[in-house]
Amino acid sequence: MGEFHLTIPVTEEAVRRLKVGDSLYISGTIVTARDEAHLKALELYNEGKTLPVNLEGIGVFHCGPVMKQSETGEWTVIAAGPTTSARMEIFEDEFIKAFHPRIIIGKGGMGSRTTKVCQEEACVYGAFTGGAALLAANRITKVKDVFWLEELGMPECLWVYEVKDFGPLVVAIDSHGNNLFAQVNSHVRENVTEVYKQLNII
Amino acid sequence: MELPEIIENVAIELLKSAVTKLPDSIENVLLKALEESQTAIAKTQLQAIVDNFITAKTSVLPMCQDTGVVSFFVKVGEQFPIIAELLDILKNATIKATRDVPLRPNAVDLFNGNTGNNVADYIPWIYWEIIPNSNVLELVAFPKGGGSTNVSKLGLLKPGEGLKGIKRFIVDSVVDAGAKGCPPYFLGIGIGGGEDIAMNLAKKALLRSVGSHNPNLKIAELEKELLKALNELKIGVMGLGEGPTVLSVHIEVAGRHPASLPVGIVFSCWADRHAGARIDSEGNITYLSY
Repeated sequence: MGEFHLTIPVTEEAVRRLKVGDSLYISGTIVTARDEAHLKALELYNEGKTLPVNLEGIGVFHCGPVMKQSETGEWTVIAAGPTTSARMEIFEDEFIKAFHPRIIIGKGGMGSRTTKVCQEEACVYGAFTGGAALLAANRITKVKDVFWLEELGMPECLWVYEVKDFGPLVVAIDSHGNNLFAQVNSHVRENVTEVYKQLNII
Repeated sequence: MELPEIIENVAIELLKSAVTKLPDSIENVLLKALEESQTAIAKTQLQAIVDNFITAKTSVLPMCQDTGVVSFFVKVGEQFPIIAELLDILKNATIKATRDVPLRPNAVDLFNGNTGNNVADYIPWIYWEIIPNSNVLELVAFPKGGGSTNVSKLGLLKPGEGLKGIKRFIVDSVVDAGAKGCPPYFLGIGIGGGEDIAMNLAKKALLRSVGSHNPNLKIAELEKELLKALNELKIGVMGLGEGPTVLSVHIEVAGRHPASLPVGIVFSCWADRHAGARIDSEGNITYLSY
């Protein structure tokens, strides 16, 4: 298991070098997107319209941050940890195909549809420690922009961040069809029988 | 300062304290888990958790962006002079804490969307208890995040399934939760009562200090047995397969209907956030430790 430091935009070659279990830090632009932002982005895409920010080669962060606006209108990040990625499984494959980000960041893992598209499109899923919202905020060096704030609200809109050594991310889905969370799940299913026995259930 | 203002200030302080500083027993068990972790991913993840809660404490900022849906456990002495106004005082405290801490606005109206101030119909939710022969108000702020709420469960078992059925339901619930609720978990379990009572007791069980056990020895044994066994599932820190899965199991048991065996399981993520205080009728404040 290696440690990688990548700069955004990330090339296909760099992404293909990553394997599940690797530790990853990224620098450059990332954009937050949760349920509502995914839905709206795909709606626009299907209508042939473009997004206010180009996601190609960059990081998409499953995150609904706490932000604070100064009196002069400037935004700062208060807390910005990952949200549960499983909710985005229903459309992440379409999203990756439409917008070609290279790194999806979240927590709790994603399913087989995302894994398949990560392999096809050269994308990885990096798990950030859930709840570690201040560590994440400290790696965000600049709030570059915000879109759809009024319509979707603070947690759901698109925040465009500049980050420096954002991590540690554990590569949990690589671009070779491997899914660390799926591997853990299958071990857990095997362990259940032993646990039942230990508790005299069977 | 007048008593209503004191109560409001204490409630704001409790919300701030809950989201920025973990109870001592929770900090200690996480530090111990880091010390005992042997493998690379477990170490990295637990180190991130520990660094994060230390940063939260020193910078007085929310440790997680999900500052939860706000609820208060309120025990009010029958002789405490202010009872009827308490709900309004706690609502105002929630609005001010949302602005000043700040908290993420997390109260969403079904039809009108996010209210923007963490107050909505029935929110903050208050768990009321009246204490006879007392002039003391006890407030516990318990903001609960969405991730671990979404994996909580109620099982309405058949009484014939008995203890084995209860254990199986708990094991299966933890397997289903997997990585989704930010493990390592703290588990609150309520058995008996009824559908709401079991869930209520489960939530209340999370307020107990970690390391404490139910005074009923049989229940305490069940807590220990489950804690050991659930860690054998090896879901691990953040569901990555390494390190602890569950850090505590707290069980409360109520009497039940002969035909019912309700089991409620409330998950807390590694950040089992709560903070409490007592205020007497003179306005003297004592902060509680957990």
